[in-house]
Amino acid sequence: MATETSVRERLALPGRPPRRAGSRVAADRRFGYLLVAPTVALLLAVTAYPLVANLWNSFHFDNLSYGGLPHKFVGGKNYTNLFSSGSDWVAALERTLAFTAVTIVFDVVVGLALAMMMHRKFRGRGLLRASILIPWAVPTVVSAMLWKTMFDPRAGFVDYFLGAIHPAWSSLTWLNASVWRSWAAIFVADSWKNIPFVAIILLAGLQIIPNEVYEAARIDGATGWQAFRRVTLPMLRPALVVALIFRTLQALLVFDVIYIMTGGGPGTSTQTLSFLNYQTFIINTDFGAGGAISMLLVVIALVISAGYVRFLRPQT
Amino acid sequence: MTSTAMTAIARRRRAAAAPRRSGRKAIRETLFYLAVLVVVLIALFPFYWILRTSLESNSQVAAGVGGSNGIIPSHLSASAYPDVFSQQHFLTPLVNSLIVALGTTVVTIIVGSLAGYALARLHLRGAGAILGFILLAGFFPVLAMIGPLYLLLNDLHILDNIFPLIIVYLVYTLPLTTWLLKNFFEQIPAELEEAALMDGATRLQTLRRVVVPVAIPGVFTAAILSFILAWNDFAFAVSFLRTTGHFTAPLAIVTFGESQFQVFYNLIDAAVVIVSIPIALLVLFAQRRIVSGLTAGSFR
Repeated sequence: MATETSVRERLALPGRPPRRAGSRVAADRRFGYLLVAPTVALLLAVTAYPLVANLWNSFHFDNLSYGGLPHKFVGGKNYTNLFSSGSDWVAALERTLAFTAVTIVFDVVVGLALAMMMHRKFRGRGLLRASILIPWAVPTVVSAMLWKTMFDPRAGFVDYFLGAIHPAWSSLTWLNASVWRSWAAIFVADSWKNIPFVAIILLAGLQIIPNEVYEAARIDGATGWQAFRRVTLPMLRPALVVALIFRTLQALLVFDVIYIMTGGGPGTSTQTLSFLNYQTFIINTDFGAGGAISMLLVVIALVISAGYVRFLRPQT
Repeated sequence: MTSTAMTAIARRRRAAAAPRRSGRKAIRETLFYLAVLVVVLIALFPFYWILRTSLESNSQVAAGVGGSNGIIPSHLSASAYPDVFSQQHFLTPLVNSLIVALGTTVVTIIVGSLAGYALARLHLRGAGAILGFILLAGFFPVLAMIGPLYLLLNDLHILDNIFPLIIVYLVYTLPLTTWLLKNFFEQIPAELEEAALMDGATRLQTLRRVVVPVAIPGVFTAAILSFILAWNDFAFAVSFLRTTGHFTAPLAIVTFGESQFQVFYNLIDAAVVIVSIPIALLVLFAQRRIVSGLTAGSFR
């Protein structure tokens, strides 16, 4: 970026002595750091500060519920507790990973189908796009509460329609009764809200594939399916990677839907990593153990998002 | 040139096969529109059901869906809407949410557009690293922030307070906005600014008189997205806010359900409808901006 601008400046200002042009660049640069500073400072305050504090707390005993007890150094105990056999954290990790795996595959497949639908020119495309956008744009609280209503045996339409198919299904309890039905309801609510985002990213990817490529494929006698596999999928790869990484992160960190729909229940069977983190901090006020959970959460998110950022700017 | 010739050949070939294909094509068209209809229904029918439930009376909610009270309710009553305000005092959380979301948007736009401009134009050394950090911050796990921030707000005696949320929500809005506006500023021809600078204007004057007016569409998109992101938060609100008078609207809706023995879905869903209205309006009026903003924010 820097070299590009200096080349342009040299072209634009051929007569100027290099020192003066350089001094303006230097002044610009100082001014630039001033402009960037607030953003960097604010983001450091809300991310780097918690990171450092969590790291410190995670090696200490720090529980507000035990008011008077000292802030004692405990070594790696908070971490080893997490990995001890039968710990809540290991169970939450397994659940979260399983949920993530199922979610990203389903969301990307359905999202791609929706993107291809929105990509076609037809009457009513605006309506389709707006309908798909609205579930994404509403608060997670709205989508979670909405599906909590829908899966309620008395208020919702799920059991109402299922009952029309088979009478025994007319009063199924979904949330906080059966583990599998609770997860099914969470999965529906989460996908309904997040697939639109995948679809929009993939739509943008489809739009940058030039039409000529499809024309050429058709003239070469490719069927629709062949064109999809040999042209669309390979050229869509960057968009697919972006959508996958975004969704992976969101699914690994899922919290709102869990809190609202099941509160982690029945028992602890829908507790995810983020939910456990919330509970440890805010309900148990255990900032040592919570710090350790947070640190591992950050490591997981960082590994994935670093890959994303690398992918995002391969040129610079 | 060759491609147009080939298209012409292809068109002629297709025209020759037309009578047999048109029947199959009609079926495919119908299937396509059917699929579109299914998607629109899945996206919107739950909203219809929310609206429908919010228009039930307490006795209808207690009796449940079924019999004459089916997809179309047996009778309509708007009583849940005034009840949400009179019994649940929903106006306060709505105002709280509005204050926080607007506050976040204003701070985001001011701070984020300055950073976006600097990264796009001012030859910063390490611009790539700075941008990398800003984007990375956007992926920071929200739940990993709440512990230390809880302790900090507690020590500062502003734990149960909506105003710190304006700063905390920047983690949602600033990365996207900075990235979006950086891309936007890069598209504005540099010659415009060069001309102003040649005429002796300072960078700040150039920014105010030349860049800002041209940048308004980009800023508008960033503002809409920031407002939506801030309006939608639940995790920070549920972690930091304690008394109902300080709740944001999403948090208030969730606690409606928790505070009563029997859940009155007509009340909850009336509140859900109210919270969704500003978002739905934004989406309807600014659909294209949102789509372009979202995609610009993800890859280019």
